[in-house]
Amino acid sequence: MTLATWGWLVLLFPLVGSILIGLLFRVLAPRAAGAVGTVAILASFICGIGALFALQAEPEGSRHVASSLWTYASGGDFRIDLGIYLDPLSVFMVLVVTGVSSLIHIYSFSYMQSDEGYRRFFSYLNFFVFSMLVLVLAGNFVMLILGWALVGFSSYALISYWYRRGTATAAGMKAFVINVLGDVGLYIAAILIFAQVGAIDYGTVFAQAPDTFANNSWAINAICLCLLVGAFAKSAQMPFHTWLADAMEGPTPVSSLIHAATMVTAGVYLIARCHPLFELAPTSADVAAFVGLATLLISGTIALAVTDLKRIIAYSTMSQIGYMFVGVSIGAYSAGLFHLMTHAFFKALLFMAAGSVIAAMGNIQNIDRMRGFRKALPFTAAVLVIGSLALAGFPGTSGWFSKDEIIDFAHFRGGMYDVMWIGMLVGAFITGVYSFRIVFRILPGRACDEAKHLIETGHVVHGDPVNPLTGEQEDSEVGYPGPEHHVAEQAPGMKIAMGVLALLALIGGLVQIPGVTEVISNFLAPTFADSHFAHLHPSTGEAWTGLVIGGVISIAGILTAWLLYVRSPEVPARLIQRFTPLYTLFVNKWYGDELVDWLVVKPAQGIGRFFNNVFERFVINGATAGVSGLTRSAGAAVRELQSGMIRGYAVVMLFGIVGIVIYFLIRSI
Amino acid sequence: MNLEWYLVLSALLFAIGIIGVMVRRNPVVILLCLELMLSAGALALLTFSRMLGNQDGQVFVLIVLVVAAAEVVVGLGLVVAMFRRRLPLDVDEMKELKG
Repeated sequence: MTLATWGWLVLLFPLVGSILIGLLFRVLAPRAAGAVGTVAILASFICGIGALFALQAEPEGSRHVASSLWTYASGGDFRIDLGIYLDPLSVFMVLVVTGVSSLIHIYSFSYMQSDEGYRRFFSYLNFFVFSMLVLVLAGNFVMLILGWALVGFSSYALISYWYRRGTATAAGMKAFVINVLGDVGLYIAAILIFAQVGAIDYGTVFAQAPDTFANNSWAINAICLCLLVGAFAKSAQMPFHTWLADAMEGPTPVSSLIHAATMVTAGVYLIARCHPLFELAPTSADVAAFVGLATLLISGTIALAVTDLKRIIAYSTMSQIGYMFVGVSIGAYSAGLFHLMTHAFFKALLFMAAGSVIAAMGNIQNIDRMRGFRKALPFTAAVLVIGSLALAGFPGTSGWFSKDEIIDFAHFRGGMYDVMWIGMLVGAFITGVYSFRIVFRILPGRACDEAKHLIETGHVVHGDPVNPLTGEQEDSEVGYPGPEHHVAEQAPGMKIAMGVLALLALIGGLVQIPGVTEVISNFLAPTFADSHFAHLHPSTGEAWTGLVIGGVISIAGILTAWLLYVRSPEVPARLIQRFTPLYTLFVNKWYGDELVDWLVVKPAQGIGRFFNNVFERFVINGATAGVSGLTRSAGAAVRELQSGMIRGYAVVMLFGIVGIVIYFLIRSI
Repeated sequence: MNLEWYLVLSALLFAIGIIGVMVRRNPVVILLCLELMLSAGALALLTFSRMLGNQDGQVFVLIVLVVAAAEVVVGLGLVVAMFRRRLPLDVDEMKELKG
């Protein structure tokens, strides 16, 4: 089979799975629906591997193929194809997305089994993966927008999955609205690209961009900044980050999917995909890098303060995506994408472990309540430690290789990028602290009631059907938790998924050891061959120096966490007292929601009120009342002429004809 | 004979017809007078056709005849309907559609 065929098959299976489950959901047994969904994604993953081999069989210079099923629209020179584009970058993304999604499906197969909406869940989940694959495989900006918008919709569907829970539907709407804001940026960018280049397919645009745009001209910067609006919104970077933490209202596998394999990585992919444009617009690339840096520092500090387990991990995602943004913006493309991959491994793992713990806690997510899960959930405890080690960048783990490669590249570029280097090192320290804050708060210590219950009886506690955020009683018919309690790590599916991911998180970095393997950068090289930075990379010695520095900082962070949360647990409270204003700032998420409220929501409401009270009342009402009054009085005037006397009408007609004849007679004289 | 006389006859017929439509109340007579007006028009058309020396006017006369036939169908239909409902045959009484 050709490369393009593999690409289309990758898209086909999740779509078929989603439609099949969606149409047959009354007929299909719940477990069968789960099986269909899981098999669909696995098949897609296998086709992704097929595409990988087909791609590697091509000669290095021509490792890209565009394929089109049919032309969607055409006029003159302009054409929109329903087309896909396969090159190392998109195949890489396909493998990450489908691979991690497969494991998440396997996990969900067990994890969601007590949920009433099991079939609906799998239909959505497949559709989410399909949307992401459309985004990744798109061959032109229209397809990209299509995938982009579908991902936004799927995230809305899944975040609001428990639709009787008010906070969940609100979070879904928030995510959707912010994503649509980003979509608008993307639309404008696509229109600008078309206006300037006259084409929208990747091949033509990227080939013609250097001739069309002057370096760092306003046009290319405008395009790139609009693209960035889309990327920031989808990847939850400042200032569009507020939806991500609320998105934790969805089921845990959804969080895992959004954070690890799909959605938030889209922005990173977009910048990497459009690197020929961003390299022409260094200003925009710097904007992206600094926003990434700011996001990684700010969300890191928030992760230090909040107490909701899933939200801590959510903020850590924002932070790690910040690293990737910096990476792909400063030219460390393969490093940024490598971090995307390793992050997918350990972040999916962390969410799965968190899901297991939360299930054992009966849906309580506050880490202050959790204690002593090392004995209660030994397997989860092990993978949680592995995931946190990888996240913190402990030497030897996958996160160590990937994160420090980005950090090192910033130092290598020097100049103002040294600021980023230092910022990212600080971020690495914070990462170490907050990732082990989770570990040290949950695992050791005297077991809490729920953990004790699990150790003694072997069963997880029954969750209260109340919303942990608002304390409201919940409708357990569709809302989580279901009527039965559900498994925590006891199901084989969950163990398999977590085990595989833990292994990948531990050894996944070995594919990219500086000077030894470097598989990822070699594989991606054809995509970035045209980059200015293609031949710019730190020497092996410099890379290892960076890795050693990163490792030391990571261990320092972990040790700090140990000091704070194990050795002298009274210190954090004292610190909070000492630095109350700072703590308030962190725990209130730097007032991001309030800022958006003040900057966007309030003015929008003000405009709305103005239009409702002033414009509507005086202008619109005045206009409509005026028009209707005019017609009514005109009608009244004409009504008087209607006598119903046929002879009267005949006379009027006669006079009319006579008048017309006289007029023409006079004209003809 | 001069062709202008035909036009004069046509004008006279038309005038008689129009006065009939305006002053009479009986719908049947009004229809007759309408026929008179249409015939006057047809006569004028024929005359013009002769004057110009081509056949266009004759074709128009055929159209006028068709229109006249259609108009009589509708008109007589109305008269029959009035008769069935025992209404007086007086057009001045028929003003229920008054605005």
